[in-house]
Amino acid sequence: MRLGLSLLLSLLAGAAHAGWDTLNMPVGVTEISRIVYDLHMLIFWICVAIGIVVFGAMFYAILMHRKARGAVAANFHESTTVEVVWTVIPFLILVAMAVPATATLIKMEDSRNPEMTIKITGYQWLWRYDYPDEGFGFYSYLATPRDAILDEAEKNEHYLLEVDRPLVVPTDTKIRLLITANDVLHAWWVPDLALKKDAVPGFINEMWTRIDVPGVYRGQCAELCGRDHGFMPIEVHAVPPEDYRAWLAQQKAAGP
Amino acid sequence: MSDTAAAHEHHDDHHPAGLWRWVTTTNHKDIGTLYLWFAMLMFFIGGAMALVIRGELFMPGLQFVDPQFFNSMTTLHALVMIFGVVMPAFTGLANWQIPLMVGATDMALPRMNNWSFWILPFAFAMLLSTLFMDGGAPAGGWTLYPPLTLQTGDALPFVIFSIHFMGMSSIMGAINVIATILNMRAPGMTMMKMPLFVWTWLITAFLLIAVMPVLAGGVTMLLTDKFFGTSFFNAAGGGDPVMFQHIFWFFGHPEVYILILPSFGVVSSILPTFARKPLFGYSSMVYATASIAFLSFIVWAHHMFTVGMPLAGELFFMFATMLIAVPTGVKVFNWVATMWRGSMTFETPMLFAIGFIIMFTIGGFSGLMLAIVPADFQYHDSYFVVAHFHYVLVPGSIFAIMAAVYYWLPKWTGHHYSERLGKWHFWLSTIFVNLTFFPMHFVGLAGMPRRIPDYALQFTDYNMLASVGAFGFGFAQLLFLYIVVQTVRGGEKASDECWEGAEGLEWTLPSPPPYHTFTTPPVVK
Repeated sequence: MRLGLSLLLSLLAGAAHAGWDTLNMPVGVTEISRIVYDLHMLIFWICVAIGIVVFGAMFYAILMHRKARGAVAANFHESTTVEVVWTVIPFLILVAMAVPATATLIKMEDSRNPEMTIKITGYQWLWRYDYPDEGFGFYSYLATPRDAILDEAEKNEHYLLEVDRPLVVPTDTKIRLLITANDVLHAWWVPDLALKKDAVPGFINEMWTRIDVPGVYRGQCAELCGRDHGFMPIEVHAVPPEDYRAWLAQQKAAGP
Repeated sequence: MSDTAAAHEHHDDHHPAGLWRWVTTTNHKDIGTLYLWFAMLMFFIGGAMALVIRGELFMPGLQFVDPQFFNSMTTLHALVMIFGVVMPAFTGLANWQIPLMVGATDMALPRMNNWSFWILPFAFAMLLSTLFMDGGAPAGGWTLYPPLTLQTGDALPFVIFSIHFMGMSSIMGAINVIATILNMRAPGMTMMKMPLFVWTWLITAFLLIAVMPVLAGGVTMLLTDKFFGTSFFNAAGGGDPVMFQHIFWFFGHPEVYILILPSFGVVSSILPTFARKPLFGYSSMVYATASIAFLSFIVWAHHMFTVGMPLAGELFFMFATMLIAVPTGVKVFNWVATMWRGSMTFETPMLFAIGFIIMFTIGGFSGLMLAIVPADFQYHDSYFVVAHFHYVLVPGSIFAIMAAVYYWLPKWTGHHYSERLGKWHFWLSTIFVNLTFFPMHFVGLAGMPRRIPDYALQFTDYNMLASVGAFGFGFAQLLFLYIVVQTVRGGEKASDECWEGAEGLEWTLPSPPPYHTFTTPPVVK
């Protein structure tokens, strides 16, 4: 009873407030994230179209070619022409997908000429952000209180996606992100930036971003890293460059 | 002289009764039955673990289990379902069906057959015993990535040895399949006349022999890293944690085809029967299967696009992965063409086979999306991936296994199962499996990482749906167990042919077939 009720409520609530956001990949706030979103939708619609053709033919056969309707089985079972056709056409569709995918990938991997660098280090179970050009850095812990996790207190809007000290970055700046780990594998994922990269102990990986829109962007560790893997979120505050410089000055004044 | 010949004919029928019969048996039918029941048992154990996971994920917050135990559940659920359910179930089907389909008396290596089965209960007893060990069961994911897996407590050597055992069992099973198919076909049964189930298993067996030793090597390197001071995967000692991922997925990708190719064979056997029309494009089906097997060796790094590969590597693995869509597409098109202008009826095996084609294709679509590297950066390690591989494994492999059981059960037992209950089982399974896994696409795209015991509030609705679906699916499988037990015990007598449109050597035998079949080889024209 309680289950049915809560299910019904959640469905209604879902229909009311969920919208597209909780159904699909976010469009995001960088040029790359928008291209990735478009690519994702392109492939999705191609799959939908293929699905309609294939399943359409299949359902037609299921409806029309059934014994109950008196269908008599034909006996054809081979056609080289047909086999060649349905080998070549999918191949051409794949080429059409590969072209924009390759172009996007080349763009994503081009991390030349960054304007600043941030180093991200994964720990069990928190992140550290260093600003090597500025000579300072800090740890970033989950801010959600333990009793909210244990259902002993209300969960707020950003439950499990909030940290004590967020990563602060300037907008409209090409930022190079170097990522490594101190103990086990982690992965740094912020969907709105279309960034995900593994943090590998002993190795440094690289990615870059240029955020267009100021705002708060949240993410999580995406590589299983032990007991509290689900409890090491990422919170990025993208602020205009002048606000970023003010924040930087304030942080440096406060000391390490 | 004729007296001794006659005595010899019947000599093999004497076998011990009771439990000892099953321990000592070298008969392919007995061993097939053992494999299938073992898979059924493991299906419920692995399923119970899935329900622990879905129970915890019903609502945000931690309600039932500690996160560490949650991670053990995801790890063991995968190991049990892959190595304990799908692989043994297919080996069981191979044991029962391959000799019957190629007209052989038994498997080529019957004693080894017995051994390869009886390793499994010990392997899984060892694996499951880790639940009671100091430090808990392995919780680093079934992929066993170091360095995390090296943090496992006492369980680590046990999980590694159990994987060694499972590997040995699989390799012996594969050798047996290959030896049987290559040497024991009835006169006239040329390679290109073999049923597709036999073909797909032949190719699967080669994949098994190629990759199980690679897995064994990889996990042994974990063992020496942990206990003997090596640094294969430890950067501080000059090693590389990512190398393990390359080794693992060089096994792991062919492994996913090991889990699906026999399904293709099952579906290719069932469709023609119920469409009353020969399989369309037999030879292209064989070539497509072989192409998929070949490609499976050169796509492994698509499981690790986010590890920081060079651009050239990412492009190569993207293109190679996309190519797999071609032979897979050919298979699906051939199945649709087989149904086209047939005279179809929809008994339970046909329903499961059609369900397989549709839902496996949905999993194929998400697989194609995952191949696109820029988009994969968003999908990787999210619930989108969980949705993808469960679509190809549950309504994929598992549905194909169930289709096969319903299809051949009348042959094996001599009784027809209850068609009414079979259809109930199909529809309940189909509705609940989609309720479970379809919403996972959405939460994954919206940003929910996999393998987390608790989640942000915006993911609540779809997780609730998935949990409800999972419990529904789980309980629907009790119906399957009931149907199988009921059919073994009795039911409407099945004819030799069992199904109106069935063709193939197994349908020329009585139902149930005698303990020894084809002692005189049939002649195939």
